[in-house]
Amino acid sequence: MNLHEYQSKQLFADYGLPVSRGHVAHSADEAIAGARALAGESWVVKVQVHAGGRGKAGGVELVGSEADLRAFAERWLGNRIHTVQTAADGQPVTTLYVEELTAIDTELYLGVVIDRATARVVVMASAEGGVEIETVAAETPDKIFRETIDPSIGAQAYQGRRLAFQLGMSGAQIGQFTELFLNLCRLFYELDCSLVEINPLVITKAGDIHCLDAKINVDSNALFRHPELAELHDPSQEDEREAQAAEFDLNYVALDGNIGCMVNGAGLAMGTMDLVKLRGGMPANFLDVGGGVTVESVSQAFKIILADPEVRAVLINIFGGIVSCADIADGIVRAVQEVGVEVPVIVRFDGNNAAAGSAKLAASGLNIITADSLPEAAEKAVAASNAGAAA
Amino acid sequence: MSVLVDRTTKVICQGITGSQGTLHTEQALAYGTRMVGGVTPGKGGTKHLGLPVFDTVSEAAASTGATASVIYVPARFCYDSILESVDAGIELIVCITEGIPTLDMLRVKHHLEGSRTRLVGPNCPGVITPGECKIGIMPGEIHLPGKIGVVSRSGTLTYEAVKQTTDAGLGQTTCVGIGGDPLPGTHFIDVLRLFQEDPATAAIVMVGEIGGSAEEEAAEFIASYVTKPVVAYIAGVTAPKGKRMGHAGAIIAGGKGTAEEKFAALREAGAHTVNNLAEIGDVLRDLNL
Repeated sequence: MNLHEYQSKQLFADYGLPVSRGHVAHSADEAIAGARALAGESWVVKVQVHAGGRGKAGGVELVGSEADLRAFAERWLGNRIHTVQTAADGQPVTTLYVEELTAIDTELYLGVVIDRATARVVVMASAEGGVEIETVAAETPDKIFRETIDPSIGAQAYQGRRLAFQLGMSGAQIGQFTELFLNLCRLFYELDCSLVEINPLVITKAGDIHCLDAKINVDSNALFRHPELAELHDPSQEDEREAQAAEFDLNYVALDGNIGCMVNGAGLAMGTMDLVKLRGGMPANFLDVGGGVTVESVSQAFKIILADPEVRAVLINIFGGIVSCADIADGIVRAVQEVGVEVPVIVRFDGNNAAAGSAKLAASGLNIITADSLPEAAEKAVAASNAGAAA
Repeated sequence: MSVLVDRTTKVICQGITGSQGTLHTEQALAYGTRMVGGVTPGKGGTKHLGLPVFDTVSEAAASTGATASVIYVPARFCYDSILESVDAGIELIVCITEGIPTLDMLRVKHHLEGSRTRLVGPNCPGVITPGECKIGIMPGEIHLPGKIGVVSRSGTLTYEAVKQTTDAGLGQTTCVGIGGDPLPGTHFIDVLRLFQEDPATAAIVMVGEIGGSAEEEAAEFIASYVTKPVVAYIAGVTAPKGKRMGHAGAIIAGGKGTAEEKFAALREAGAHTVNNLAEIGDVLRDLNL
C-alpha cells in the first residue's frame, strides 16, 4: 500500500526524522491558511498523488505570494495530473501539501528495500540525489553505497557512519545522518514497510541533514497489525476497476488490448495473456479469480471485464484443481444471463470435471464458444476480437 | 526415486481442524499420503478425520514420528507455526498459506539458516511425488509417476505443465511448488540441485514468472551444475511494469525482473525455453527421454 508524501512525513516526524513543517489542504482557502500558519514569504506547494515525477509535470511549485498559491490550488484541485509514472489519464488531485522553504546545498538519495536474493533489508545511499535511482543503478552502480541489515541485531551505528563518510559528510552531519539512519531502519521494521525512499535527502545551506521528500510503501499483508496505517489508505489513487475487483478478492490489472481474460491462478492468468499475444491478439486485462471460484466471483469478474469498453471478446481459462469445472460452468451461465454479455465468450476448461463443464455450457444455448485446448481457445478469442473490431 | 517426499514420509497438518486443513487432509488421505496426525492448540487429545490431534508440534512429532508438516493456518499465525515446527525438528515444512507479511518471512528465513529444516512455500500448491505422497492443494489425478521433475512459482500454471507431462506419457518424479512470494523458503536452485542428484529424474521442467531474480540465479546454476535437460517457461511477457500480477512476488520493479531478461538468461544457460505454455509437453517429447 502506497502512502502520500504528507502521510509519510508525519510518520517520519513520529520517528524523529528531520522533515519540514507543513500543512495539508483540500481547498485554496485551506492552502492559504496553512501558508499563513507557517509564516514566511514563500512556500513550496506539492500535489499529493501516488506517483513520482510530480515536479516535471508542474505539480510542485515554489510560490512567492498567496495569489500564486491560490492559482496553483485552483489549477490542480479537482483535476488530474499526468506524470511519467502515471497512466495516460493521470491521477486525481484532491490534496495539496504546503511546506516551509528549505535552502538546499546538496541533494542525496537514501532508500530502504528488501533484497529478495539475500532475504535481507538493505539501505542504499547515493550522492546522486533527486534523480531516478534506477538510472544511477544501471549506469553508475559504483555510485550507490549499500548497507545490509543483519536480522538478528538490526541496524548498527557504524553502518550509518560508514554511509555518511562515503557520502562525503563531515562534522556534525555524521552524527545527524547516523541517527537518521537508525531511526529510518526502526521505522522500516516497526511499520512493516516494503520500501522507504527519501529522494532527495538534502544537506541544507546551514549544513543540516533534512528529508525533503518521503515515500513509504507498507506491506499490505501486514496491515492486520497496523490498523492506524490501514486508515491512511486512499482509494481515490487506485484504478477504479482494480479497487472494485479487490473488494471481491479478485486480482485485476487493466491493460490496453481488447480481449478480456478471466483465469484461475495468477501464473496461469499471465500465461494465458502471453499466449493471446503470441496468437496475434492483445489482452485487455489480467484477472485472477483465485482458487475458491464461486458463481458470485465469476459474475463480478464479468462485470469488471465488461466495464472496459474496448473489450471485444472474453476468454475464460479455468484449470480445475480442487474447484470443479462443472460448478464454474454454472457460474458462467448464470453470469452471462444476469450481466447480459454481448461479446463472444470463449471458454477452455481442463482438470476437475472439465468435460461435464463444457457439456453444461454447450447445453445452455448461450453464445459461449468452447475450446478443447488453450491454444485453440486463444486462437478463437483472437478471431472473435478481430471480427468484433471489424464490425 | 523422488525428491523431498515418498511413500514413507509421515506427515502432520498444522491447522487440521480448520476448513482448509480438513478438506486437504481428507484429500491427502484419499491419495494415500501417510497423514499421521494434526495440530490445533487446545484440541489436543481429540481425533479429527480419524487422526490424533495434538496441542503442540513437538508432541505430534514425538508421538507419530512425523518428519513433515503442512501448514494451513491463517497468514497472521504462520510465522509462529513455522518456527514451532523448526523447533520440533521437522525436516520438511510445506506452507500453503498466502499473505504472510514479508518481514515475517525475512525473520523465518534467517532462523532457518543453519537449521536442518527445509521450508517449501509459503503461498504455494505444495509438493507431490505421484502415487506416493501428496502434501498440498494440487489435484492428485493429473499426476503420473514418471521421470520429469517439475518446479514452479505458480499454482494452476504448474498443473498445466504437469498435465502436459502426464499426457506425453512421461510422468513426474516429484513436483515442487516453491510459491509466488518475494521471499520463498525454497528457491529454484535448491530444487534444481535435488533433481540433478535424483537418479530417477531424467529432465526438469521449470516454470518461472516475472519479478525478482530467482530465474537468473537458476540460469547461472544450470550453466555450472545441471547436466540434465531443463525445459523452462516464464509467465508475464505481457505484464506491465510496476504492477503486481496477483502473486506478491510477481512485479517488474525498477525495470528489473522482466520475462524477456529471464528467458534470455535461461537460453544462454542452455535451457530449452518455451514461450508458448501449451508446448511444454511437445518440447519434452522431442527430447526422446
